[in-house]
Amino acid sequence: MSNKYIGQSVRRTEDKRYITGKGRYTDDIKLVGMTHASFVRSPYAHARVISIDLSAAQNMPGVVAIFTGDDIKATGIVGVPTGWQVNFKNGDTMKEPPHPLLIATGSTSKHIGDPVAVVIAETYAAAVDASEAVEVEWEELDAVTDPFKAAQEGAALVHADAPGNLAFDWELGNPLSEVDEAIAQSAHVTSLEFVNQRMIPNAIEPRAYIGHYEEHIDKYTLYTSTQNPHLIRLLMCAFVLGLPEHKVRVLGPDVGGGFGSKIFHYTEEALVTWASKQINRPIKWTETRSEAFMLDAHGRDHVTKAEMGFDADGNVQALRIKTYANLGAYLSTFAPAVPTYLHGTLLQGLYTTPKIHIDLCGMFTHTVAVDAYRGAGRPEATYLLERLMDLAALEMGKDPVQLRKQNFIPAFNGVSEPGYQTQVALQYDSGNYQGVLDRGVEMLGYENFRQMQREAAQNGKLLGVGFSTYVEACGIAPSAVVGALGARAGLYESAQVRVQPTGKVSVYSGSHSHGQGHETTFAQVVADKLGIPMEDVDIIHGDSDAVAFGMGTYGSRSLAVGGSAIVKSIEKVLEKGAKIAAHKLECAEGDLEYAEGKWTVKGTDQSVSFGDVALTAYVPHVYPQGLEPGLDFSSFYDPANFTYPFGCHIAVVEVDTETGKVTLKRFIAVDDVGNVVNPMIVDGQIHGGLAQGIGQALLEGAIYDENGQLINGSYMDYAMPRADDLPMFELDRQETPCPHNPLGVKGAGEAGCIGSTPAVVNAVIDALWSGGHPVKDIRMPLTPERVWRAMQS
Amino acid sequence: MAKITVKVNGKVYSHEVEPRLLLAHYLREVLSLTGTHIGCDTSSCGSCTIHLDGQSVKSCSMLAVQADGCEITTIEGLAPSGSELHPLQEGFKECHGLQCGFCTTGMIMSAADFLQSNPDPSEEQIRHALEGNFCRCTGYHNIVKSVQWAAQKMKEDKAVTA
Ligand code: FES
Ligand code: FES
Repeated sequence: MSNKYIGQSVRRTEDKRYITGKGRYTDDIKLVGMTHASFVRSPYAHARVISIDLSAAQNMPGVVAIFTGDDIKATGIVGVPTGWQVNFKNGDTMKEPPHPLLIATGSTSKHIGDPVAVVIAETYAAAVDASEAVEVEWEELDAVTDPFKAAQEGAALVHADAPGNLAFDWELGNPLSEVDEAIAQSAHVTSLEFVNQRMIPNAIEPRAYIGHYEEHIDKYTLYTSTQNPHLIRLLMCAFVLGLPEHKVRVLGPDVGGGFGSKIFHYTEEALVTWASKQINRPIKWTETRSEAFMLDAHGRDHVTKAEMGFDADGNVQALRIKTYANLGAYLSTFAPAVPTYLHGTLLQGLYTTPKIHIDLCGMFTHTVAVDAYRGAGRPEATYLLERLMDLAALEMGKDPVQLRKQNFIPAFNGVSEPGYQTQVALQYDSGNYQGVLDRGVEMLGYENFRQMQREAAQNGKLLGVGFSTYVEACGIAPSAVVGALGARAGLYESAQVRVQPTGKVSVYSGSHSHGQGHETTFAQVVADKLGIPMEDVDIIHGDSDAVAFGMGTYGSRSLAVGGSAIVKSIEKVLEKGAKIAAHKLECAEGDLEYAEGKWTVKGTDQSVSFGDVALTAYVPHVYPQGLEPGLDFSSFYDPANFTYPFGCHIAVVEVDTETGKVTLKRFIAVDDVGNVVNPMIVDGQIHGGLAQGIGQALLEGAIYDENGQLINGSYMDYAMPRADDLPMFELDRQETPCPHNPLGVKGAGEAGCIGSTPAVVNAVIDALWSGGHPVKDIRMPLTPERVWRAMQS
Repeated sequence: MAKITVKVNGKVYSHEVEPRLLLAHYLREVLSLTGTHIGCDTSSCGSCTIHLDGQSVKSCSMLAVQADGCEITTIEGLAPSGSELHPLQEGFKECHGLQCGFCTTGMIMSAADFLQSNPDPSEEQIRHALEGNFCRCTGYHNIVKSVQWAAQKMKEDKAVTA
């Protein structure tokens, strides 16, 4: 069937409401009788609640109710759970201390901002006033924030029942003895100790929730800025509040960006839902940006020692990793999976490394939870591998492009050639790694670059180029596989294609769009598959009452998994439609072909349109015997494998030798995300990812002091990329289809963020070497001061 | 409580407001003009940008009472009368200058003020002008292109009317 929309940069249908200010985000919603919540939070990272005095607050104007940790404790509600289980090396279950909705008297806060009470009032201002009048007596205790320090003897303990602050230890790959041996026999070993710093996601829309219990229908509604309404409903109903799931509706209206931080089930969601029943009125809570900095789950935060062994010709022989991964104080929804199954499993990278071993400790600290942030584990794996590659090239006096090429896994399409089995559990679906590197190098004009670099160095300017080639795993993934790896949920997606009697089509998707443009991309797919105009297709998502149980949007999975579910439903529609058409045309189904929105008897001009068949399905006066009326199909799609996008990112920087300031001169990204439905949207996803990855390299990073205070918890202090920090990006793509889903797509949401960070850091290191400063590492973000200091050492 | 009178998107409103009420909250809560977003508490993100007497202003950085007697335009009133969209609104759609849309309204309001004073900007000038507006989704690449598109369109429109 010819495609009219797939492959085209169709302008987004959702844009109209956003550009006119008519988007409807949770904080825009007002309900009759709505109250407002404000939380009383711990000013200390670790402190015992000695007493709480509500007397002054209770009498403040407008106060409706105040609930404390003691009230919650009395109900028996334990707290929010994690959705993934990782076992200790010895097989014991990980430590999973409860994460209470509010801290009770006698218990301790475990990170700055941990809540002790919630004040509900007629207005937001009244709630804030009263929350400030709540008197809490605290006993401050020692804290630990760094995952490596948390593992040392004598470190402050986060949970009494997690000795050594260890949530779990974990390993993956070839037996350690074999890897040790291979490293010992290597002609050259590049080793690097580094920190992959803690990132704060910072979606521009702060989290916002409205809990609304309606007594007359005994039903709860939760409006939430979430990436996955059903997952929130399941976690909240089944594991936190014990509510009947069919009596709870979770709505994710317009959501202003997520980047992972809005996947997780947060305590405030459960709290406003629970409390709205207690006061029998709706309750809204919208976090301030200061709260967002403190409380939205952070990302990354690894302390790592990595060693890569090479033979005399530069062939990689082995990789040995020891990592301390910060999990924060409580295990957030996907937290245990991120440093393990989304990170350790990617350490093969693009290379044929025969021996790999990772040893990892998941650490509790007195910091907010660390969980998936755009890329989730894959950026950490890529950073590690690609830093080692460029550094090894410098150390061995080899060309970084050449070194990669000689170690690349050869191209394989996953159809006539098998997928690639890694040493770390995964099997890559299809890849052509040299293709993207060659294209990137061509765009760079590499031959001339070294010449320019030498000339620049002679003129006192340091130019550097940094390479990064990555493979990632997304479209998460077969339920059976993730179940075996510890997921407590399936990871399929749902889709219902409801053909209306007039031939218009409503599609209900379990995916959730918070910027990705599903309303456009999905409609392009549906319109082409059915041969109807895009205007005839409406995409509905974000309402647990309307949509079948779905898993939501993260891990670059929406089109690969959610889109495939839609295709499955379309196939069912067409199959039934053919029966109706055959009846109308008085022929056998096998005589029909479907194209351009109609069934035609092959070799004739006799046809019946999609709209005609739809109408007949709902007005079945003359109709195939025994066939049910209606044209409406649901599907669940559980993929056969993850998808494995890959690409090549190249950064060119200039370093000011006087100040250490790094200027990003060029950024080239050649990504292969499989087939592309909407190139404009895919490019946009890459752009956004690049900005976040470059932000990590040069600007961003959470800083806790040793008492656990977040000292850069505002936009005044945390340097997020602004428009004048970035160049125009130079993009190209290669399309290697995914062999195992019907659209051949792989996923593009995280790629930009996965490849870019090491490219930038490598470029700065390259620039410094070219100026005679052979430094191995500079701690991210590469601020002028750090770069300057590196040049002095 | 203090009484204020403001003209917003061409319509006059009078309200009794708390003296501490921020203009951003007044627009959102009292007038239900929720296209003006709030993304921070330090006047850093620009999501709340509106026009006050023709100048772009972060509406979280002033009190509603300070706007007494002023003329305000929000995103809901930006399109010139007779048109459905302002050229910047068209440009953002045409060039995929938005993803989640949360920063977009403030971004467009900032850019609209900027293009009034600099109808023919360079890429660098655009980036500099929008430095007070955070976007976490787009990496700014397509925002710059959107503003360039709009500048071009406005020039062409002007040439037609001249
Ligand atoms: S809300 Fe006004 S600048 Fe952020
Ligand atoms: S479009 Fe999402 S923050 Fe700019």
